[in-house]
Amino acid sequence: MSLRVSVDQTRCCGAGQCVLTVPEVFDQREEDGIVVLLEPAPAEELHRAVREAAAVCPTSTITVHED
Amino acid sequence: MTTDEQLLNYPFPGETALEPPAEWERLREQCPVAHVRLPSGDQATLLTKYDDVKRVLADPRFTRRLDAPDAARLSAEGDGVFSGEMTKIVPDTGEGHQHWRRLVAKWFTAKRMIALRPKMTEIAERLVDDMVAGGAPGDLRAALGFPLPVYVICDMLGVPAEDRDRFSHWSDALLNLTRYTKAETEASQLEFFQYMSEHVTAKRAEPGDDLLSELIAVGPPEEGGLSDLQIVVTGMGLLVAGHETTANMIGKMVAMLLSDRSRWERLLADPSLVRTAVEEALRLDANAGIGLPRYLREEIEVSGTTLPRGTTVICSMASANRDEGVFDAAAEMNMTRSPNPHLAFGSGIHSCLGQALARTELQVVLEVLLRKLPTLELAVPQEELRRVEGLAVGGLSELPVRW
Repeated sequence: MSLRVSVDQTRCCGAGQCVLTVPEVFDQREEDGIVVLLEPAPAEELHRAVREAAAVCPTSTITVHED
Repeated sequence: MTTDEQLLNYPFPGETALEPPAEWERLREQCPVAHVRLPSGDQATLLTKYDDVKRVLADPRFTRRLDAPDAARLSAEGDGVFSGEMTKIVPDTGEGHQHWRRLVAKWFTAKRMIALRPKMTEIAERLVDDMVAGGAPGDLRAALGFPLPVYVICDMLGVPAEDRDRFSHWSDALLNLTRYTKAETEASQLEFFQYMSEHVTAKRAEPGDDLLSELIAVGPPEEGGLSDLQIVVTGMGLLVAGHETTANMIGKMVAMLLSDRSRWERLLADPSLVRTAVEEALRLDANAGIGLPRYLREEIEVSGTTLPRGTTVICSMASANRDEGVFDAAAEMNMTRSPNPHLAFGSGIHSCLGQALARTELQVVLEVLLRKLPTLELAVPQEELRRVEGLAVGGLSELPVRW
């Protein structure tokens, strides 16, 4: 199964939950804490954590596309 | 909801310090948009269901302008952190707010918090050693829960941790509901403001390697920075927010885990559960305080009820976090729950700026206690734990433990 991730930086409030959950996939900009997507197509072993990061994001910034 | 329904006094007293008030479940099921009377005597609308609370906190039409002339007052004893003069100095919405938030947020990124972990661990270990040296039983709130977040936020702001008893008093006054008189809260706020003003002036003269010095270094508003007044108020806000809530949560989390010792034993056997256990403790906090107030400038419908313009809404995140429609076995503590989209830090663009800091502190405290004091247990029956009274945030007045 393939999984793709996208983020909407205009929605992000810099809470950092995604980075604490999956640092392999998400980072924050040094200057203002806004999300940076490191890996739009994460490896399968990270899928569960990526779904969790999307579910707990306080501003629904992360979208997971699965097909 | 009907307007003739009995007006409930809010906040609701819980039977014990760790159990939720029975009203939450009843209101979620029967009256998710309820009329309540606040400690000030003013009326407000209480939201208790997850979907409503989440939506309202993220909806900019529910403003944070609790200083509006017809907004309900939380306390009869003067304006505090939600409605005082301070709240007008940093823009609460729009581009101005976003600019402020981004200037400050760089200090609270997950990476910075991960980098602070070793230092936090060192402080926590030293505090635990001091508690043990004092002999059992000890008060975990006074020995660890309170000082750890104070040391960390003081370090970030470059203010001396030796002044922590004063910060603690000023912070309580800003979060006052019924503990202090109007004269006391006003005097405290003035003292706190003067203290922070002098501190910012000193940092301007002699900058350090701290958040306030760097905010000053960005320059004045016309150069993309903040005014001195905004920096002072930011310092006050971060000092209050950075220790009071986390200090309380450390005590409540440890109490929750020790009140059923099989939880503690499970964590001892598998410390990899610390992260999800912390989230579950945040979700199940039954003593979180009053929740978050919002003020409506226009008429809006919530769950089929029309709220008129001028309504003050109180969002109970603690009740929302126990909504059976969202969380399976919501009343049960499940330390492996994942995902755990609780609302303890709010929701939407105003969700807690310091949440990565709070999470890291809670995780560090738990790791250190499990490692250094595996035999930790409550020194009193959990029914005897007492709540902090009269403030907008909830906690335990002390946490007697032995080991």
